[in-house]
Amino acid sequence: MPLASEELTVGEMLLRHGISRRGFIQFCTATATAMALPPWIGAAMAEQLRQARRPSLVYLSFQECTGCFESLTRSFSPTIESLIFNVISLDYDDTLMAAAGDNAEAALAQAIKDNFGKYVLVIDGSVPTGAGGAYCASGGRSAVDTLREAAKGAAAIVCVGTCSAFGGIPLADPNPTGAWPVTAIVGDKPIINVSGCPPIPEVITGTLLQFVSTGKVPDLDEHLRPKAFFGNTIHDRCYRRPFYDEGKFAKSFDDEGARNGWCLYELGCKGPTTHNACATIKWNGGTSFPIESGHGCLGCSEPGFWDKGSFYAAQSSAEWGKAGVPSPRRTLELSGAAVAAGAVLGVASAGISRLRQHRSEGSSDP
Amino acid sequence: MNLLDFARGPALKVAIAVFCLGVAWRILAFALLRIRRDLNRPRDSVFKSITGGLLTVGSRSWPHREFIGRTGAGEALGYSYHIGLFAVVLLFTPHILFLGSLFGITWAGLPSSLITVISVLTLTLFIAVLFRRVTNPVMRMLSNFDDYFSWFITMLVMVTGIAATAHLGASYETLLGIHILSVDALLVWFPFGKLMHAFYIFPSRALNGALLARKGATS
Repeated sequence: MPLASEELTVGEMLLRHGISRRGFIQFCTATATAMALPPWIGAAMAEQLRQARRPSLVYLSFQECTGCFESLTRSFSPTIESLIFNVISLDYDDTLMAAAGDNAEAALAQAIKDNFGKYVLVIDGSVPTGAGGAYCASGGRSAVDTLREAAKGAAAIVCVGTCSAFGGIPLADPNPTGAWPVTAIVGDKPIINVSGCPPIPEVITGTLLQFVSTGKVPDLDEHLRPKAFFGNTIHDRCYRRPFYDEGKFAKSFDDEGARNGWCLYELGCKGPTTHNACATIKWNGGTSFPIESGHGCLGCSEPGFWDKGSFYAAQSSAEWGKAGVPSPRRTLELSGAAVAAGAVLGVASAGISRLRQHRSEGSSDP
Repeated sequence: MNLLDFARGPALKVAIAVFCLGVAWRILAFALLRIRRDLNRPRDSVFKSITGGLLTVGSRSWPHREFIGRTGAGEALGYSYHIGLFAVVLLFTPHILFLGSLFGITWAGLPSSLITVISVLTLTLFIAVLFRRVTNPVMRMLSNFDDYFSWFITMLVMVTGIAATAHLGASYETLLGIHILSVDALLVWFPFGKLMHAFYIFPSRALNGALLARKGATS
């Protein structure tokens, strides 16, 4: 009697689909290379995966726009199909699954029960806590309760997108739903943040693949992002960087500089302060990335990117907080008030000085 | 809030407020000081006093013919690093954009690589200036904490600026944050130290010149 697909190892699954050992090693080596891992990791990764049972993955969507999942479905290497059919067992995903209502809830409970302590929990979207969590609820349970329950049995949590990693747009001022990132709710599990709005698909699949093949959390930066993908800034790897060094900047989106592909620093590009792999892995199977299309980086993979002033203000600009009031006017208001206070102090100081002078002259009179 | 956000946000606001307050305070306190009434009859007209004051601003900005051999090198050094500083502060594109965000106007800048060369030259001149100060016995005697701290804080701004541009030692974000923070520190120190000479130098020369011209002396 043939084994059910859940009981097969990844290697057996691959053989069923006619994928050779050599082909699988090539695929793993390509993934390892994309993650800047040593070449020998590819073979080790392939061997580990071939012998392993397909790890369970539970994908929960909270306060989000589904853009991250849309991005994930556009992964070219590895493709989402090869990932979920051959490498992992996607046991719950409310966007892809056919089940709905009670059946879907039952599927989630079953997935958690069957793989308790072993599954990878992927979170997409921020977690609203305002109004008792009522802003995002499914099956009568709030997102925050679902997260806490699902996190208990997770081997690790992968936060896909800036919303789950840092709160993203829902957390932006004034944060009406009391949104938080996963790290603010769950503190006792390994968490990997794959930020971006949305993240690069290959970065999501690459991170998942590395974790399920090695069972280890990759090297992370201070924001818990894999260093392999978030170790460099967009600016450091940007093909327009030489123009920055030469001082050649586009002044508007349709001027001579923009047509010549000069640096977009003056137009507010956040590349110098944004850590991501856009300039190297790129998008749509390595076709291009936003700067290549003529628009500056928005800094979407950084915490608080939505509240960092205008997307079109240069990096070296003063940060005057809330938008809506022109910066020069705020400067004038601030410096005007300070000058007025200084003038009062100046007049008072001169007055005291004159008084002392007058007294000393009076006392020196014979 | 990271270091960069802090440096160019709340820290910059406080620094600009302290700078404006301090400059207004010290200028007014200085301008309103009582000058003892000169009871002597003026040698010349009020007009001559005023022109004498204005001429002094020019004449004192250039080495005196008699002393050019002794003071020329020092003055050349002083002019060179001031020109370098102005070029770096006013003609580096990120600086222009920074000032533009504060005041609403921008202008053309120099290529970043040229600014880097000017920065390194200015930095070298700055070290030479310090060397001159500590090796010259008279200058050493005249110098106090204010001189050295003003030198240090200006140097800090330049070094962190070069490091940020060249991406030396840390990420651009961190280096830019440190650089702007050092500018904030300079703005806070500015009105209370000898950096205030930027505001005092010409009025004090003019006043001295006018007072001397009233007595019939040229300076």
